[in-house]
Amino acid sequence: MALLEIRDLRAKVGEKEILKGVNLTVNAGEVHAIMGPNGSGKSTLANVIAGRPTYEPTGGQVLYDGKDLLAMKPENRAREGVFLAFQYPVEIPGVGNAYFLKSALNAIRRYRSEPELDAMDFMDLVNDRMKLLGFDEAFLSRSLNDGFSGGEKKRNEIFQMAVLEPRLAVLDETDSGLDIDALKVVANGVNSMRNQDRAIIVVTHYQRILNYIVPDRVHVLLDGRIVKSGGEELAHELEKHGYAGIEGEVSAAR
Amino acid sequence: MSEPADPRAPYLSDFESLSKEFYESEPDWLRTVRAAGLARFRDVGFPTLKDEMWRYTNVAPIAKQRFVPSLRLRGDGVSEDRVRPARLSQFEGSELLFLNGRYMPRLSKLKDLPPGVRVGSLSKMLAWQPNAVEGKLGRFARIEGSPFTALNAAFLQDGAFVEVPKGAFVEHPIHLLFLATFHPQPTASFLRNLIVVGEEGRVTVTESYVGLDEGVYLTNSVTEALVADRGRLDHYKLQRESEHAFHVGTLQIHQGRDSVVSDNSLSFGGAIVRNDVNTWFDGEGGELSLYGLYSTHGTQHVDNHTRIDHARPACTSRELYKGILDGRSRGIFYGNIIVHKDAQKTNAMQTNKNLLLSKDALADSIPGLQILANDVKCKHGSSIGQLDEAAIFYLRSRGLDAEAARALLTYAFAREVVDQVKVAAMHAVLSIQLASRLPQTDAVREVL
Repeated sequence: MALLEIRDLRAKVGEKEILKGVNLTVNAGEVHAIMGPNGSGKSTLANVIAGRPTYEPTGGQVLYDGKDLLAMKPENRAREGVFLAFQYPVEIPGVGNAYFLKSALNAIRRYRSEPELDAMDFMDLVNDRMKLLGFDEAFLSRSLNDGFSGGEKKRNEIFQMAVLEPRLAVLDETDSGLDIDALKVVANGVNSMRNQDRAIIVVTHYQRILNYIVPDRVHVLLDGRIVKSGGEELAHELEKHGYAGIEGEVSAAR
Repeated sequence: MSEPADPRAPYLSDFESLSKEFYESEPDWLRTVRAAGLARFRDVGFPTLKDEMWRYTNVAPIAKQRFVPSLRLRGDGVSEDRVRPARLSQFEGSELLFLNGRYMPRLSKLKDLPPGVRVGSLSKMLAWQPNAVEGKLGRFARIEGSPFTALNAAFLQDGAFVEVPKGAFVEHPIHLLFLATFHPQPTASFLRNLIVVGEEGRVTVTESYVGLDEGVYLTNSVTEALVADRGRLDHYKLQRESEHAFHVGTLQIHQGRDSVVSDNSLSFGGAIVRNDVNTWFDGEGGELSLYGLYSTHGTQHVDNHTRIDHARPACTSRELYKGILDGRSRGIFYGNIIVHKDAQKTNAMQTNKNLLLSKDALADSIPGLQILANDVKCKHGSSIGQLDEAAIFYLRSRGLDAEAARALLTYAFAREVVDQVKVAAMHAVLSIQLASRLPQTDAVREVL
């Protein structure tokens, strides 16, 4: 059974229909890239999977591990192992990074009837994951994303992912706004999390990040539909010819 | 049809009888203070919504209620067991306990204090060493300022006297605990505190107002604080009255040259509450920080007024008040900073932020600056808003349930003020108080 099975998914934001029938199958252990120009529906797809209230599914089905994902509250999706790395992580002054992450992790563990981590065990885990991403201690005592640079926010998303250990991670344009060094750090973090049980969906406009996170499958999203799928080489093709080339191909085929 | 009763009448007759029974033996100057207060109240009566300073708060429920002055309560007592929850736990300093306006020496703890520091009941000072108080009491909290201050001058019963001589440093905070209990005939306590900090003296004073019963009563308190040149006062007021009670309190600060004063006004209880904090800079280089947090629910009404008179050059004032309003409650912030004509190099910043937790809650934010000097740095800002939906979703997407996310964000909103509370025991009470207003969730417990 596929970890994620999306069938003819339609969704609107406000009155506007953005997703017009998306089909996608992602198996555990795979990394998929979803590429597309601005306005093609990439972020909408990512947010619908995570359950953002203003993104309204209007048709189709999303099965996660065989369960109806769209029927779950956002927090239950997280507890079931779905993680969205935000394109624009929210700044929350007054909530400490470490405290927040500990309450999130323990909320997830309670849901799974696993014992909660005490402060010591939690710090062991966090220190381990911080090394992975080259974070220092000071970062933990800061408020959640408060005053973080763009790159720090994106790294924090990956750090949260590393601590929460989801089964399905969706990275929504995590590469945007990163310089090459930050991009490598983020990509290394993501790569270190690749394993047989976990699937990762990399949503991106640019091929650049896929030089560091090499995908198993690449999909092109255009006007709310996946119009082309292929292997890693599809990303290079897009880099060479741009989305315009695909658009031409698609309209010619119709 | 009979005329509606004049709400002043009972106060006038109470004053007459209390004068005969209690006030006649007092020093002439104090009787003059009382008489002037009563005369002022008789002239102006209770404020109405037409009065600019009271246009957001209707005090008719206070005016209509017949209160017995708490000075008339006889044989009032309370056990340590009942008092304990109201005390600050793990508190190192001195604690003066007042029950319904009366000092309770047996329930108070006075720690060793540096030489020359005097801490005790104001009424005892008035009885035994009135000279220490004369000329200071009522000098700064002027009866023209508010009809309630005038009433307080007329009926003041007891409170704390804190005097820190030149250069003395009082290490542990002094906690003033004002407890109210319910009486079948509602009572009014007129509390007066006097804090005098000498040159380079330093002290922290915390005031707690706690209702031990749910019931109707009136607390009318005035604290006068005189801080001499280079002195420092850190002041806190934690208001946890009964939610049926009325609380009208004024803090009047007078600051000398290069003095440093901070106040935290933390307001949770009361049916109708009015907090006034007024400061007068009377020397150059003074510094003032005013923090406020008001959290209301149900039908509570809390009105916070602050007034800062930059009467001398080169003084700095920082002000941050935050309101968390739930249910059908209403919270008001009315700030006024007056930069006088010659107060050049004034630096003043005033901020008020409100969080509405329900659609029926109401916030009024009225920041104000009057600048009569030309070389100044002044800024004010205010906001009224709801919890950020994007932030709620962000937290939920990490596994926190919606209620926990809301609670966490509400606590985070308050935190900017909470973290200014430097007295650990007070910080602890405040955190518990805040959490008690939030849904009891594990997420918030983790953060606390």
